[in-house]
Amino acid sequence: MAIEVRIPTILRTYTDGAKQVEGTGSTLGEVLADLDSKHGGLRDRLVDDGGLRRFVNVYLNDEDVRFLAGLDTPVKDGDTVTVLPAVAGGAS
Amino acid sequence: MLAIPKDLYDKIVAHARADHPDEACGVLAGRAGRDRPERFIPMLNAARSPTFYEFDSTEQFRVWREMDERDEEPVVIYHSHTATEAYPSRTDISYANEPGAHYVLVSTREPASAEFRSYRIRAGEVSEEPVNVVE
Repeated sequence: MAIEVRIPTILRTYTDGAKQVEGTGSTLGEVLADLDSKHGGLRDRLVDDGGLRRFVNVYLNDEDVRFLAGLDTPVKDGDTVTVLPAVAGGAS
Repeated sequence: MLAIPKDLYDKIVAHARADHPDEACGVLAGRAGRDRPERFIPMLNAARSPTFYEFDSTEQFRVWREMDERDEEPVVIYHSHTATEAYPSRTDISYANEPGAHYVLVSTREPASAEFRSYRIRAGEVSEEPVNVVE
């Protein structure tokens, strides 16, 4: 089962420059664990003790997984996961 | 250096003024690899705050995907400070995750003028660059 995962520029140091990698698993959490076994350290940039990191956006196809089931979101063959660092900041 | 067409410069300043006292934010997209801003994309500030901004995650996905389809990249990421100077804060530096972008800051703290400055932010380091407004 192949899930395509799109990697933002800033995380491509973990994937030898690849914009897209493949993972397997039946939930988002499993796919990230699988990716981490091939691209060590990648998962820590996306997940902390509380689940998905606050300023990292992860989408399953077109939807932000925060509106689905987070790391427990089921995934199926042919799905695309996209990672985008949040764009944020401010004077404070 | 940031070379920016005058009409895009004016649109950014107008957006910052319109959203004052909340911070305004957005993107200038341009063809990938050319370092030329071409397309103005104002974004919703989902935080709607006078001291913080954040792109709405669903809108960001749509805009990033559209840029990808058009072979564009975010050339400029801009936002405004409404009571402080147009210089990146610690928060701005922590969340600067597009290493290829010019980070533009506009300050609307003075009603009669706007400060418009541009920076590169890479690996936590800020370096200011000159802004060349092109007619």
